[in-house]
Amino acid sequence: MTRVAVVRFPGSNCDEDTLRAAERAGATAYYVWHRDTDLAQAEVVVLPGGFAYGDYLRAGAIARFSPVMASVIAHAEAGGVLVGICNGFQVLCEAGLLPGALMRNAGLRFVSRPVDVRVEATDTPCTAAYPKGAILSLPVAHGEGRYVADDATLRELEDEDRVVFRYVGRNPNGSMADIAGVTNRARNVVGMMPHPERAADPLIGSVAGGGVFTSLVECVQLLRGGST
Amino acid sequence: MATYTLDIRVMPRRALLDPQGQAVEHALAALGFAAVGAVRVGKALTVSLEAATPQAAREHGEAMCRRLLANPVTDDFEVRMGGGT
Repeated sequence: MTRVAVVRFPGSNCDEDTLRAAERAGATAYYVWHRDTDLAQAEVVVLPGGFAYGDYLRAGAIARFSPVMASVIAHAEAGGVLVGICNGFQVLCEAGLLPGALMRNAGLRFVSRPVDVRVEATDTPCTAAYPKGAILSLPVAHGEGRYVADDATLRELEDEDRVVFRYVGRNPNGSMADIAGVTNRARNVVGMMPHPERAADPLIGSVAGGGVFTSLVECVQLLRGGST
Repeated sequence: MATYTLDIRVMPRRALLDPQGQAVEHALAALGFAAVGAVRVGKALTVSLEAATPQAAREHGEAMCRRLLANPVTDDFEVRMGGGT
């Protein structure tokens, strides 16, 4: 079974949904408190959504220095799979594990509704289970989701096929190039603003995001060389 | 060692959209402040600290900005020596 660690910061609020979505996909999932530093057993680390440290200063700016983050960075540098969802994406950008930053929504409002995103890259640990170009309806819920990066970074993301998800139709936050999710150069770290864990159970009306978690599980099994 | 106060200004980079600044700009225009041009909204922090010299205090402030207070992707910052404590 794939072992998934869900990091809890003070102010995380999507941790339980994320844990359940990982379990539904067949993983063994467990919580890691942000003051703990042991991620040795984790094959996948997820930084969930929420408002870590109340988003004080900037979203993710203080969480980025939590004790667990040294282990999160070491996990990613060793090639481990690392995913940040919403606030988790903000933390990964603040930590420099993903390029760019997430700024106040262009429309200034907190946006909480389903949006359509297109799967742009399928060779990432979050999207391997989707066909390329698939359009998913996923919930977003954020006030600071406008992805920005300098021109050189944007060009690099496009040239290296590192935009993982892109908004189609109405862009909820004014992000550059309609970006909703990106990956790093090594493609083991993914950040995304939409919430796949909120669309991963038929009981709540959608399983459109479930593929993110089955992708994670399948990807780890491939990394292990096919054994489970 | 002496106590110094730093006035730190963190502003969104000019090239980036500042929707807060735009909203304030529109509100001022609606209130009849017709002369208002562009408005940008940033953060101001007052930090008091112990340091050997004013120069050392300022350098500490700049290090704080680079490490935490400003985001190098989106913000510019300015550190000034503040008034007495």
